[in-house]
Amino acid sequence: MKCQQCDKPATFHITELTGGKPQELHLCEDHARQYLTQSSNEPAGAGGMAAALAQHMVQKMQVSQTAEELAELDQQSCPVCGITFYEFRSQGRLGCPHDYVCFKQQLEPLILNIHGEAEHAGKSPRRCPTGSEKRTQLIRLRREMKEAIAEELYERASQLRDQIQRTEAERP
Amino acid sequence: MVDAVELDDLTKNSGEWLRGGGPEADIVISSRIRLARNLAEFPFISRAAPQDRTQIEKLMRGCVAELKESGELLYFELEQLEGVDRQLLVERHLISRELAEAQGARAVAIDHRETFSLMINEEDHLRMQVLHSGLDLQSVWEHINRIDDLIESRVTYAFHERLGYLTACPTNVGTGMRVSVMLHLPALVITRQIDKVFRSLQKISLAVRGLYGEGSQAMGDFYQISNQITLGRSEEELIKQVGDIVPVIIDYERQARDFLIKESHENLHDRVSRAYGILRTAQTITSEETMHLLSSVRMGVNLGLIHDVQIPLVNELFIHTQPAHLQKLTGGPLETSDRNIERARYLRRLLNKEDGDGGAGKN
Repeated sequence: MKCQQCDKPATFHITELTGGKPQELHLCEDHARQYLTQSSNEPAGAGGMAAALAQHMVQKMQVSQTAEELAELDQQSCPVCGITFYEFRSQGRLGCPHDYVCFKQQLEPLILNIHGEAEHAGKSPRRCPTGSEKRTQLIRLRREMKEAIAEELYERASQLRDQIQRTEAERP
Repeated sequence: MVDAVELDDLTKNSGEWLRGGGPEADIVISSRIRLARNLAEFPFISRAAPQDRTQIEKLMRGCVAELKESGELLYFELEQLEGVDRQLLVERHLISRELAEAQGARAVAIDHRETFSLMINEEDHLRMQVLHSGLDLQSVWEHINRIDDLIESRVTYAFHERLGYLTACPTNVGTGMRVSVMLHLPALVITRQIDKVFRSLQKISLAVRGLYGEGSQAMGDFYQISNQITLGRSEEELIKQVGDIVPVIIDYERQARDFLIKESHENLHDRVSRAYGILRTAQTITSEETMHLLSSVRMGVNLGLIHDVQIPLVNELFIHTQPAHLQKLTGGPLETSDRNIERARYLRRLLNKEDGDGGAGKN
């Protein structure tokens, strides 16, 4: 894909989530730098999520990170639900609770920019959230089963189904 | 589980929040809090397979059956509802447009008074809301917090020690809470001060939306004011942030109304009377014009310029004259032009009945 501003390849894909509809931008490194510096200078609240991301990326670029390295960060995927960080940026929705853990590095500056805070100060579930590993395991097993069915690996799928049932039965 | 009779009953009545009571009810229509919650062992909706959605819906249906919140809850599976019925629920503020227009297994549970609704498989697995009449955030919070605890005792929420309740979009993470107050601000619109108010609200990170939330236009001079931040503050702090600013806006609106009464009493009285006259006599009328005129009438009643109609009826007309309600109330699908004729007929019938003599045009 070409940059929207010039003929260089677009290596930055930005989704603006402010305003009515998500707006997608595809830019080369130079134009992305220009765009991101602009939007991160906007007054608080105007840039929203894109500005947070922008700031984060500009900081990254300042420590002379290459576009390839950033693209790599974008291609990182969640081992539980399979979503890549790029997919999240395109649609603005995360894939599963585990994304908050595996995309911590990318999400933290974003969250800080949206909320101005990074730590929850409200109520907590009365029951202590235990066994979260087991729950993420369930999400992963269900996904693997779905994929096995799609690939017509029925033996694998039935093994996974048994494993899901066992894990569910273990639940507190 | 869907019961057409129940839905028809719903149509004829109106929700508790429209009764026009509660503190500051001349300006504050309703107080609302919604909580976004997800189940820990399923992917979020965007990555959920159809089987996941079905399983979530089934699980929550079982949970809802045990809730018994002020009597048994009504439960509607959206896939089994006709388009007009889904639209009806949107018009009543019981579900979002997003839920109405989505695909796959999804549902809503509603209490009989329509103060509580729980959407299943919207942007998050669970979106629950409590809606009360007037400015009443504290009791809204107590109400929804109680239900949240009840649900949480039956399912495991996705929760992170440091980030709080985990949501599909990071803009809702933390408390997952949106506190909003719906205000009727016609005088600030007439005196062109409304933009100034909005700009100052945005500076303190409060959002302003129209009658039907995100992306909707401010029909009938109704505006919802809500918190934007959901993380790093407690629920009580978020409620206070919105709750503290509302009286200030109410005060602005009252000042604007006083100004209009003092400085251009004839103009204001004329505007209100003409609006009332058109609503009582028109032969065909669009939804937009109806909303616009009802807004003037509502203000006129509150300022004592109109005496023979009550606020609950005016509130109800805002909802009952919208497309899906009108079609349900007048018994069938209608083309836009027929709908405008039916709407005018419906308005004439209800507004001329109110003063007891049934004669159109009396003023």
